[in-house]
Amino acid sequence: MNGEQARASLASTFGVDIAAGVPLVVTVAPEQWEALARYARDTVGCLFFNFLTAVDWKEQGLEVVARVDNLEENVGLMLKTKLGPGVTSCASLTPVYRGADWMERECFDMFGIHFDHHPDLRRILLEDGWEGHPLLKSYAVDTPHPPYR
Amino acid sequence: MLDQNKTTRVEMDWSGPERLQMNMGPQHPSAHGVFRAIVTLEGETVVAVDAVIGYLHRCHEKLSETLTYAQYPSIASKTDYVAAMTSEFAYVMAAEEIGKFEVPKRAQYLRVIVAELQRIASHLLWLGTWCMDMGGALGGGATIFLYCIRERELVLDLFEALVGARLLYGFFQVGGTRYDIPDGWAQQCRQTIDVIESRIEEYEQMLEDNAFFLARAKGVGIVSRELALDVGIAGPLLRGSGIDYDIRRNAPYSSYQDFDFTVPTEQDGDCYARYKVRMQEFRQAVAIIRQALDKLPAGPISSRPALKSVAQIRIPKGEAYARVEGPRGEVGSYIVSDGSAKPYRMKWRGASFSNLAILPHIIPGHKVADVVAIMGSVDPVFGEVDR
Repeated sequence: MNGEQARASLASTFGVDIAAGVPLVVTVAPEQWEALARYARDTVGCLFFNFLTAVDWKEQGLEVVARVDNLEENVGLMLKTKLGPGVTSCASLTPVYRGADWMERECFDMFGIHFDHHPDLRRILLEDGWEGHPLLKSYAVDTPHPPYR
Repeated sequence: MLDQNKTTRVEMDWSGPERLQMNMGPQHPSAHGVFRAIVTLEGETVVAVDAVIGYLHRCHEKLSETLTYAQYPSIASKTDYVAAMTSEFAYVMAAEEIGKFEVPKRAQYLRVIVAELQRIASHLLWLGTWCMDMGGALGGGATIFLYCIRERELVLDLFEALVGARLLYGFFQVGGTRYDIPDGWAQQCRQTIDVIESRIEEYEQMLEDNAFFLARAKGVGIVSRELALDVGIAGPLLRGSGIDYDIRRNAPYSSYQDFDFTVPTEQDGDCYARYKVRMQEFRQAVAIIRQALDKLPAGPISSRPALKSVAQIRIPKGEAYARVEGPRGEVGSYIVSDGSAKPYRMKWRGASFSNLAILPHIIPGHKVADVVAIMGSVDPVFGEVDR
């Protein structure tokens, strides 16, 4: 479906307001996260998994952001969900997109978000023994870390 | 005491269930960087791959939260150091989108010229190193590599004349470009792309008549359409798998709509298809540069007054995701702004990171020697994988 159809059908299916524009930004509750991705893939035709990341809104908690595209119709969707203050777990998109595997590992590495049912959730860029999650706002830029060996 | 006259002969029979784990890397010549693949072997056949990355991690995303919109573009070069112009491009475009900066037409054309020159330089390095990885069978090991490096030098000479640096540039800035082309540069550029265009044909003749090259590239490392989309690989890999998608044409930025070019695609999804796509992209890049030089408009190269302080560029609250078609595919920068002089959050969508994630899906079932050919055909740059 094209951009306008996608906007209308996403808005009615998930009961959210979506502003017209490129890309379409869809924000849902964490419980609907996997259902939203499945709908984007199967109904909107966003077969291309672009990226997944998070934003740390300090006391408001973490927000997970993913981008998927329908390359044929040129529709881009920014999928978002706010986990809420103190919450660090989120549904995994790996059952829907295989590309979510590494992206969620990176997100776990950098933000400490646990993706439920991810098949292989471990650090990807930092070493296994690293302490803390650097992209959290509470992690100081100059955090000292123990000697390499 | 070992009796050296008595030899013991051990027969290794690999037809059974024995498996061997082998490390390729972290230092392996075919990785072109620091990458460790833990491969599980049954005889010569790979049955599983665990990719270990992160050796070059510098946490660019945290770093960008500490640098202003005026400072970071030249640091952005250091994510993908083989195609430094591309990363700068994506970052400034995201900032311009939130801040509603106009970019003068001349600056847009200059951006296109350097981006396409960068594509040529990057593909040359890929072709040379990939052919060297596949070894002496390709007519004497380093032959193609040295030819490609020779041509790449010509492009780097152009960059040096333009910005004074050969690898990491700082050419882009929010609102335009930092440098205009010097006298005689356009002429030098035309000569360079003429030379490169003629040499591309020579490489193709050297490679495509070579039975060893074809044996190592054809039918190896096949990526299906479904897998390509699902994992989110981009650029020549996506087009090599039969998906006709190029951001320059499907979502034009920086005046790409002004130029005539085609988007090469191949259907087979193997190493050879990816090679064919990249070889065609050389010619398309040359065509775009010629048109851009012909039509290069006069005028300013930046839309905003010169800065008195690095914290002077402030963009309003908001967010944007800007993407460009780099040599390795979609390079995107997702900026969340809180209205200050620095991004609140910046995410790199590195093309190499997503492309490399395809390896565990396609390598199993191939021989060890094919791992090298497949890895080279993916063209990862580890600065961009690890960021």
